[in-house]
Amino acid sequence: MKIRLGEIAHARSGDKGDTANIGVIAYKGFHYPTLLREVTAERVKQFFGDLVKGEVVRYELPNLGALNFVLYEALGGGGTLSLRLDAQGKTLGAALLRMEIEIDEHELARTE
Amino acid sequence: MIRIASGQGFWGDWLEAPVRLVEQGPIDYLILDYLAEVTMSILQKQKQDDPNLGYARDFPPLIGRIAATLLERNITVIANAGGVNPIACAREVKRLAPQLKVAVVLGDDIYGRIDDLLAKGYDLRNLDTGKPLETILGKISSANVYIGAFPLVDALATGANVIVTGRVTDSALALAPMIHRFGWKADEFDKLAAGTIAGHIVECGAQCTGGNCQVDWQTIPDLANIGYPIIDAEPDGTFFITKHRGTGGRINSDIVKEQLLYEIGDPKRYLTADCSADFTSIKLEDVGPDRVRLSGIRGGPPTDTLKVSISYSWGWKAIGTLVYSWPDALAKAKAADRIVRERLEQLGLTFDEIHTEFLGVNACHGPVATPVEDPPEVQLRIGVRGRDRKAVERFTRELVPLVLSGPPTATGYGEGRPPVREVVAFWPALVPRHEVQTRVEVIE
Repeated sequence: MKIRLGEIAHARSGDKGDTANIGVIAYKGFHYPTLLREVTAERVKQFFGDLVKGEVVRYELPNLGALNFVLYEALGGGGTLSLRLDAQGKTLGAALLRMEIEIDEHELARTE
Repeated sequence: MIRIASGQGFWGDWLEAPVRLVEQGPIDYLILDYLAEVTMSILQKQKQDDPNLGYARDFPPLIGRIAATLLERNITVIANAGGVNPIACAREVKRLAPQLKVAVVLGDDIYGRIDDLLAKGYDLRNLDTGKPLETILGKISSANVYIGAFPLVDALATGANVIVTGRVTDSALALAPMIHRFGWKADEFDKLAAGTIAGHIVECGAQCTGGNCQVDWQTIPDLANIGYPIIDAEPDGTFFITKHRGTGGRINSDIVKEQLLYEIGDPKRYLTADCSADFTSIKLEDVGPDRVRLSGIRGGPPTDTLKVSISYSWGWKAIGTLVYSWPDALAKAKAADRIVRERLEQLGLTFDEIHTEFLGVNACHGPVATPVEDPPEVQLRIGVRGRDRKAVERFTRELVPLVLSGPPTATGYGEGRPPVREVVAFWPALVPRHEVQTRVEVIE
């Protein structure tokens, strides 16, 4: 079945110049493999479309059940140059939680 | 164990936070981070206008306010409030709190040494674009090296009550007291990495105690009285993140994870001036109410270069807004945007970028926002950026006329013309470690 990423994960995002990063964290550690499978760098790049001009790199933190996405050329020039309301990418993490992912019904219903 | 509290995540953070941290429970160190990148260039300008300024002006009065408590409870303050004028900052602290011993860490400011470094053959090329610094010579307004924790340890060794620094890595503020009290050596990288990660977690203040947190945010108690974070650090590198009892907010492993991932790149190689920290080695456990334990952290050596942040004048920008009401609010805002662009074109004005957003529709999430049908109102937000100040100034006169000459129901123009702002941009570069000498001065 299809669900929004936000049903199984939370996120926080920020900036370094024109580069944004989004930490995506599974609410339940056992959903980490689902994140690994569904939330790839390619899909994140595709999801954001024009908003992210450069590449997207994914890093894995299995110890935290989390992924870190680094989004290059993602903030309209970044810092003081950017004309965007969200020049520091504070809301990009929330945006990514809209992304649809595929998950097995039993996997979603798991409690432990 | 030592207790290190973080009372300021940026210049402009909650003024009461540091006062409450020293009053509401036991702590050994109070660390305060005032310096965002953009802050340094603002401070450099202030110093050019008045050689006695150029530091975080909130800081000396704060120390004046809490001086008696600091002495009574034996709390040491470490703050990067010095900006581009740490000596002036420290003198003002001493003036307002004469009973305290104040030490200053110097050496991060290399603004006056750029020519010398270039002459030595270091090109200070931009880490992101690869361009050599020569392309912006004459436009530079500040240059500061991110120094590490050990220069701060030298300052702690003087027995000062207040340590004032300029640019240091944010995490060094927390790491320095651990090195000082536990006697950690410069090659004990696992421990230095642990202290660095502790510093990373608390450097944004309440962002690790329930502020800006997505996890059950509606149920996080009493954000009005949120407790700022405290590190309980052990000599072996194990540490706890906690807060004073009775304060608002929440600390658990979900919340700490959000902050661990905040503004990092490769988690296996989080580089500072002191070490390289491996975030994938962290073992995180909830060990009590509002108490999380971190252990098992591994680290490695730092590089032989230090990061320098150089600010320079890029050009100008202005951002203006107008609000359109229902019906057809979005269509009206889009029509107004087209009119502004057409008028700018007719004037022959060119810009580096013209950027339009529709607040209430797509400003935060752009193309991935859920489409809104017939919203009650939409704010049109147009920004321009360019090298030519006159063109940017002219743009600021092109929004308000639309109230009478554009689509109907325009409002929200009460502020009049938007201001033209100078764009000060940042140039990240590397400088060899041996070129940076720090020293400590005690203010008498």
